[in-house]
Amino acid sequence: MDVMKRLPRQSWWQKYHLKTISLVIITGLLIILSAQVAGVDLAMFWGNLDQFTNLLVRMAHPDWAYITIIGQPILETIQMAIIGTTIGTCFAIPLAFLAASNIVQNSWIRGLVRFGLDLVRTLPDLLLAAIFVAVFGIGATAGVVTLAIFSFGMVSKLFYEVIETIDEGPIEAMKSVGARKLQIIHFAVVPQVLNQFISYFLYTLEINVRASTVLGYLGAGGIGVYLQRSLNEFNYSQTAVIIIMTLVVVFIINIISNYLRERLM
Amino acid sequence: MKAQPIIEFQNVNKVYDNGTVGLKAINLKVNPGEFLVVVGLSGAGKSTLMRTINQMHRPSSGKVLVDGVEVATLKGTALRELRRKVGMIFQNFNLVKRSSVEHNVLSGKISYYPTWKSILGLYSKADKRKAAQALDRVNLLEKIYMRADQLSGGQQQRVAIARTLMQDPKIILADEPIASLDPLTTTAVMNDLQKLNQEDGITVIVNLHSVPLALKYADRIVGMRAGQLVYDEPIDQVTEEDLNQIYQPM
Repeated sequence: MDVMKRLPRQSWWQKYHLKTISLVIITGLLIILSAQVAGVDLAMFWGNLDQFTNLLVRMAHPDWAYITIIGQPILETIQMAIIGTTIGTCFAIPLAFLAASNIVQNSWIRGLVRFGLDLVRTLPDLLLAAIFVAVFGIGATAGVVTLAIFSFGMVSKLFYEVIETIDEGPIEAMKSVGARKLQIIHFAVVPQVLNQFISYFLYTLEINVRASTVLGYLGAGGIGVYLQRSLNEFNYSQTAVIIIMTLVVVFIINIISNYLRERLM
Repeated sequence: MKAQPIIEFQNVNKVYDNGTVGLKAINLKVNPGEFLVVVGLSGAGKSTLMRTINQMHRPSSGKVLVDGVEVATLKGTALRELRRKVGMIFQNFNLVKRSSVEHNVLSGKISYYPTWKSILGLYSKADKRKAAQALDRVNLLEKIYMRADQLSGGQQQRVAIARTLMQDPKIILADEPIASLDPLTTTAVMNDLQKLNQEDGITVIVNLHSVPLALKYADRIVGMRAGQLVYDEPIDQVTEEDLNQIYQPM
């Protein structure tokens, strides 16, 4: 008999991909509906476009002399990101191991740790910055603490997911030689996850350099403070310099981090 | 007088949490210095049988004795000391591929070191020498500083054997050690195991699929089927037909 006639039967909804089609339609409807409920008005976007061009025109004459003044705060922004990410990552590492199902078999401990990590992750970074500016006052300390907590939440999740994808074979082998728990982690797990850990650390650093420019806007130190000041003073020629310099710095950091991450893989 | 068996199964059953029966009423004595080959289809319970010996799996009922000690009663340090005595070789080698061959071999000895010393890599001169000797015995001394993933499958398995040697094991459990190897390297690995059995008097238990290899290397062959022991004969009593029987589909 012809091979096409011997194919196993498909139900009609499988045959016409009804599941996929209805999912696409439902998603589309949900987007339109939520735009209407939230009052997102595309007409307003197009209508106010001239405001935007107006702003662009006013920013078209960057005050290049301003660079000498913002060099220091840009450096501070990068330093904030590096310190914050490092502190956050240091705290994230032990908790990531406690949250990984192939390291901690006790589902109670794991569940508790994960719940705690989820809670930390629900805090938006802008909210954290607002709180810590109130606590520590305006300055880089508030920014560093914000970034530390923000990266802690992000890195711990990325890390425990990496730990859970490793080859379990070496763990079994280390158990079978009679190794202790910490020895198993050091000999069987760490070599398998180290490169990905570094890669995710760099990725988080990238995000934090970007985030810290905005955090400064709330008074948490760095270039954002200057951004806010220039905007408040309608000094758009300075704003332009700040934006351009921020883009350049973020771009360079992305290139370096991408290069390092590719080398690691 | 007959010597005390080094491993003894007394009516051992294993039912997994999902209801799968791993072992059914196993009674088996293994004598010191024996080269025992366990044959049977995939899923017959060979791996489970092996892993109850060093407590990687706990039996649901019955007793497993190693050197006269019931292993299920062992915990913590005592359990780790048992595992130290029992070397294990795996189908997938289970080396840490990103680490050097030397690091992998030395990791066989870490249970003898306090955690901080092993993590800092502070091994004694004697153990570094021992690692080199172990690699020399499996003819891989010149690969000592290479990364494990740069070696072929057969070489990786022999590094795993060298790692086991660091433990000074009394027993070696080899779970389908040659299932992912080509015929040539298969011979090298099996010869290594035979050498350890004959020269060092280590009791060796090997799970195998290959009937010719079982006949070539075993002192005694045990057959398993659906979690039960269905065959147990010394090598001079074994015929190829017997073994083919074990491999009949159910």
